[in-house]
Amino acid sequence: MIVELGHFALVLAALVACVQMIVPMVGAARRWPGWMAVAGPAATVQFLLVAASFAALTYAFVTSDFSLRLVVLNSHTAKPMLYKVSGVWGNHEGSMLLWVLILALFGACAAWFGGNLRPSLRARVLAVQAAVSVAFYGFILFTSNPFLRLATPPMNGEDLNPLLQDPGLAFHPPFLYLGYVGLSMAFSFAIAALIEGRVDAAWGRWVRPWTLAAWLFLTIGIGLGSWWAYYELGWGGFWFWDPVENASFMPWLLAAALLHSAIVVEKREALKSWTILLAIMAFGFSLIGTFLVRSGVITSVHAFANDPERGVYILMILAVFMGGALTLFAARASAMQAKGVFAMVSRESALVANNVLLAVSAFVVFVGTIWPLVAELALGRKLSVGAPFFDAAFTPFMVALAAILPVGAMLPWKRGHLGRAMQPLWGALALSVAGGALVWVMQTGGSMLAPVGLTLATWVTLGALVDLWSRGGRGDIGSRLRRLRNLPGGDWGKTIAHIGLAVTLFGIAGLTAWESEDIRVAQIGERFEHAGYEIELRDVSQVPGPNYVSTMATMAVYKNGREVAVLLPEKRVYPVAQMPTSEAGIDNGVFRDVYLVIGDAQSDGGFAVRTYIKPFANWIWAGCIIMGIGGLFSLSDRRYRIAAGARRRQAPAGGVPAE
Amino acid sequence: MKRLFVVLALLVAQPSLAVTPDEILDDPELEARARDISKGLRCLVCRNENIDESNAELAADLRVLVRERLLEGDSNDEVLDYVVGRYGEYVLLKPTTQGANLILWIAGPAMLLLAAGGGLAYVRRRGQAPDAGATVLSAEEEARLKDILDD
Repeated sequence: MIVELGHFALVLAALVACVQMIVPMVGAARRWPGWMAVAGPAATVQFLLVAASFAALTYAFVTSDFSLRLVVLNSHTAKPMLYKVSGVWGNHEGSMLLWVLILALFGACAAWFGGNLRPSLRARVLAVQAAVSVAFYGFILFTSNPFLRLATPPMNGEDLNPLLQDPGLAFHPPFLYLGYVGLSMAFSFAIAALIEGRVDAAWGRWVRPWTLAAWLFLTIGIGLGSWWAYYELGWGGFWFWDPVENASFMPWLLAAALLHSAIVVEKREALKSWTILLAIMAFGFSLIGTFLVRSGVITSVHAFANDPERGVYILMILAVFMGGALTLFAARASAMQAKGVFAMVSRESALVANNVLLAVSAFVVFVGTIWPLVAELALGRKLSVGAPFFDAAFTPFMVALAAILPVGAMLPWKRGHLGRAMQPLWGALALSVAGGALVWVMQTGGSMLAPVGLTLATWVTLGALVDLWSRGGRGDIGSRLRRLRNLPGGDWGKTIAHIGLAVTLFGIAGLTAWESEDIRVAQIGERFEHAGYEIELRDVSQVPGPNYVSTMATMAVYKNGREVAVLLPEKRVYPVAQMPTSEAGIDNGVFRDVYLVIGDAQSDGGFAVRTYIKPFANWIWAGCIIMGIGGLFSLSDRRYRIAAGARRRQAPAGGVPAE
Repeated sequence: MKRLFVVLALLVAQPSLAVTPDEILDDPELEARARDISKGLRCLVCRNENIDESNAELAADLRVLVRERLLEGDSNDEVLDYVVGRYGEYVLLKPTTQGANLILWIAGPAMLLLAAGGGLAYVRRRGQAPDAGATVLSAEEEARLKDILDD
């Protein structure tokens, strides 16, 4: 009964979305306030209906209702409760329901918090958002219905993919979807603005928090996924340039670019048409990502429920929305007159450079991702594009970005002077280069990765701190600190997010350059040495888990004769899903992780054992968290909550004064 | 129930580790080269893994093959040529620059040049454009301002 109600609620939500798509759009065109006002309540109702539908599916999973096809395919009574719940979105149909739930949530948020938007803009934004929703409701109801029943329910389910039964991965998809779908808000704002033919500072100010939120969620989602890969896949890799990883990385890069270009729109009323284009492309890449993951055109570790019919449907959604949006853009972009004037050396130019680097790096990732497909379809060549290509083609962009970041952040708006911007930074630059040189000398040979990584990370961090400190103005330390405390959230967010980026860069460089590995057969009771640590294999035993059987080793780690940690690496076998997984034993540390993996029993009674020392691994994800915190600080900036509406009322004719 | 799992678990094929201890060559220099080469070769039956990381049997065969070639005295390139000759260019994770693949390698730098050129042109235009944002005083306003200042 509850399942049928959920199904019904989903159909009803689709109908409400149809109304929300058409009525406010017509109302805005004809200036009928009553029709425009339909958008708000419709968005709320639509959200409540999808939420009810999602709750019904969750209920079916939690109670293991095996009359539902989806539950049978992805659940099992012996599965822990957390994974029964996460199983709801650990499959194609359920994840699409989560997708529309978040679409509706963002629409509802725009309705709830968009009180200070122009009524016509608000109506159009919600209508476009509903149009996207309608497309996906159709997709779910016609090709991927999660509410299909089975005529003869089996006794038990087939269990969720064991790799997905992990806390890190349980929350990875929701964050990622919040990011992907969050970009639909930027898209809706862009289309609404194109229809209105008007982009001004206020528009930039409205779009930024949504983009910021989407970017923040993407950062957390990608970070979680990479952290999961690190501890779950058994050799401590954290990024594989897998097509599906790229699918989430391209929107992240474009969202980061959009975040920066929207600042220029907001403060200086320039870069308008580019920002609109970027907003369209960012969501476009979210759709391309969805297509890549679900159509099966590109095989990948993540691709689930590959189905050509679904692929065609998503391709149609992509074609309609991107084609429509770009046509509208071509017709209207010339109406976006830039106002702000700036010199070659200025904050604006620095942000243009930032956008060039971010957008082209996203393009490189895109070309690399689809090249195997293009080569096979157009040239009949079957080839691979893997990590070595991306490492070579993508890294230079990040190096350039980090190199110009501190200078660009210090440049004033409108017109700057390179020498003057660099003046407070010379110390930071000298220190960074000295640090890099020291590392280079110490490691005697080896790759340039670590020295360059350290130099850039220090440079970006010190640069961000110098920038923040200079915001405190002049005077004694007390008054400076007081001024710093009163700086807007956006300034703090900028500093923190840039430091986060530096921390992640350093983690990646340090880990890649300095990790070490040892593979051997160890007897029980044997003690061996690797990279300054002594490892003892104490015991190996069979341990039953709730829905798996584990081969668990007890291994002690010693440093200078003292016991540092006792780790329990496991090899699990999930009999229902017929799949093994490995659980590494990791001793986490600030400067290094000790990463142990237990392998097969050998004929001589020993076990294959792998020992890795992973320097600075945790910095990668710490940096993601710091970037996320930076995003939160920026979101908390009160300018986004009150000023946009208040200023509009005070000065209806003019733009927002440049700051 | 737990016993059932144990029985079922025995039925599942046990995977071997990526690089197993018995594969490792005695000569550390050769082994390092083997690892290096392995990282650039794709596991043919896996989705996007190199043979160094893969647990698949076919990847293990390839790893052994690479080591055999190295022991025969092949250079790194010769090993790669040999493997490509047997399995096609699909095994290369780093695509060659031959033929149309040149597009793949040049796409990034070319786009960067284009984008940088476009950006530069835009910035220059912005620098020369009349400042529509700033309010320019009309002659009348100028006179009135002068009046006020004179008073």
